[in-house]
Amino acid sequence: MSGVYALFADPDAAERAVEALRAQGLGTDEITIISAQPYESYAFSHTGGSSSWMFRVAAAGGTVGLACAFALTSLTQRAWPINTGGMPIVALWTNLIIMFEMTMLGAVLSTVGTLLWSTGLPRRRPAFYDPAVSTGAILVGVEQPKHASPVLATTLARAGGQVKTLA
Amino acid sequence: MSQTVDPITDDLLRPVLRTSPRFWLTVAVLGLIVAAGAGAWIYQLYYGFGVTGIRWPIFWAVYVTNFVFWIGISHAGTLISAILRLMDAEWRRPVTRCAEAITVFALMIGGMFPIIHLGRPWHFFWLIPYPNQRGLWPNFRSPLVWDFLAITTYLIGSVLFLALPMIPDFALLRDRTTGWRRRVYGTLALGWRGTTIEWQRLETAMSIMAVVILPVAVSVHTIVSFDFSMAPVPMWHSTIFGPYFVAGAIFSGVAALILAMALLRRFLELGAYLRPLHFENLGKLLLLMSLVWSYFVFSERLTIWYGNDPAEMAVFRTTQEGSFAPLYWTMVVCNFIVPFALLAPKRTRTTISGCVAASVAVLVGMWLERFLIIVPSLGHKHLPYSWATYRPQPVEIVITIATFAAMTLFYVLFAKFVPIISIWELKVGRQPAPAAVDLDVRPEAMGVRR
Repeated sequence: MSGVYALFADPDAAERAVEALRAQGLGTDEITIISAQPYESYAFSHTGGSSSWMFRVAAAGGTVGLACAFALTSLTQRAWPINTGGMPIVALWTNLIIMFEMTMLGAVLSTVGTLLWSTGLPRRRPAFYDPAVSTGAILVGVEQPKHASPVLATTLARAGGQVKTLA
Repeated sequence: MSQTVDPITDDLLRPVLRTSPRFWLTVAVLGLIVAAGAGAWIYQLYYGFGVTGIRWPIFWAVYVTNFVFWIGISHAGTLISAILRLMDAEWRRPVTRCAEAITVFALMIGGMFPIIHLGRPWHFFWLIPYPNQRGLWPNFRSPLVWDFLAITTYLIGSVLFLALPMIPDFALLRDRTTGWRRRVYGTLALGWRGTTIEWQRLETAMSIMAVVILPVAVSVHTIVSFDFSMAPVPMWHSTIFGPYFVAGAIFSGVAALILAMALLRRFLELGAYLRPLHFENLGKLLLLMSLVWSYFVFSERLTIWYGNDPAEMAVFRTTQEGSFAPLYWTMVVCNFIVPFALLAPKRTRTTISGCVAASVAVLVGMWLERFLIIVPSLGHKHLPYSWATYRPQPVEIVITIATFAAMTLFYVLFAKFVPIISIWELKVGRQPAPAAVDLDVRPEAMGVRR
């Protein structure tokens, strides 16, 4: 893993470093920003694009859960028809409860699955990271840079960061 | 770069990283009580259900009371946390994890009672819908199967709702510990780094989970109420039971949350984070739920009294004037009089001790309420020849006490292993506004030569 990064003590300096890297011609997806907390009021916190598509995946997961519940209840009741209190063999009123729960379960599981898949978690391989992040530092850097590392290092240093380079 | 001074992280990691003798003493005492409960259960398994007070026609007694009570307590966490997240209430930040942990442990304990209540608990998996040699599948028209699915869904959802925001804190612990702890927390952190994409996805996932978990929480206690209201038993067969149970669950859940927060504040020295404001806000919610609960009880009782059905009036009278009257009026005092007296006046509501006293009363009152829903009705069904009474036996009492110890033990161990307040969420709430300066970041302005 090669890369160059700098650690910043405050988000304003990190914002400045990100803008400086962009001014160098780096694309948003080329800059890695790592922090111990999200900084929602800073522009650099919104570089990952919109996540609203996750709601659609959750809805799709819920639909799959609903379909499974419908199949499970209706097929079971047809395969083993039991007369219960004069209710229809396929009793929609009671099956709605099963369908509701499995719809919600589908939405929950698909949401968690989407989170893990889209963030690459769980991750075993060592990744571009510095434990100083856990003490409050904000890491701004470039993984496997296409640009010349010394130029990037200078840019980051000028923004006030403590620069480190990975060979 | 000078590293920032981070008192929040240090304060909140202190209970995890340092172990006092008081912790071991607490674990030992609670562990003994839980062991006594396990012993009582083994005794019950060995000698059979005859050692309990459960007799025809009262087949549901203290165990089902405990089941409904603990499932109700579970509404503290996920429901309150999800509502506060969706409303973006800033004061929620130190409260959410305390609350979500209550949900998970209360569900685990509550979910055990249908199994404890089985004569042959090793057959509990017959409730699970799966193809089997017997050619039998669970009957999806049975409220008990609804229970199984609803509680399983809520438990899975609540565990994930609790676990997802813990990942960044596990990463923090991974970087702050050494040896086996580093390996354990490193595994639990799943390789979390804290990139902007990871934060965005996590926060979106939490928003979706909050939206999804709310109706599930409501459905769970509604379905628990269906265990009763689907049966033609006097004072059970009621259309109001769903919302009445949900209101009662939130009521007892808030009380449990206030009590847990007060204990955490005292024993983990979290006074700077769990402040009087949090107790006052939750106290207001507790007062509101006390009034809602009272409204439901009044509506239910007035309708039955006005209808004057002999079977229902027999239960009505035995609870208000007969052998259950002392428990009934204690319940009214604990669930309405005490919370109203302590939480309506600002002078007592704004004190932590006032909120805690009201919460203890509510927990006692709500356990009695569950008991009074179950036992008097089963003991006074439609035909008087089947009328009976019930007296809990030592086995049931020991198991009941042990569940309270188990809840406390789970909570103590959890607070020892995980920061009980979400560190990153708390920090987000305390971030300063971005500096309002124009940044001249042109390479030339920064002295960078291309």
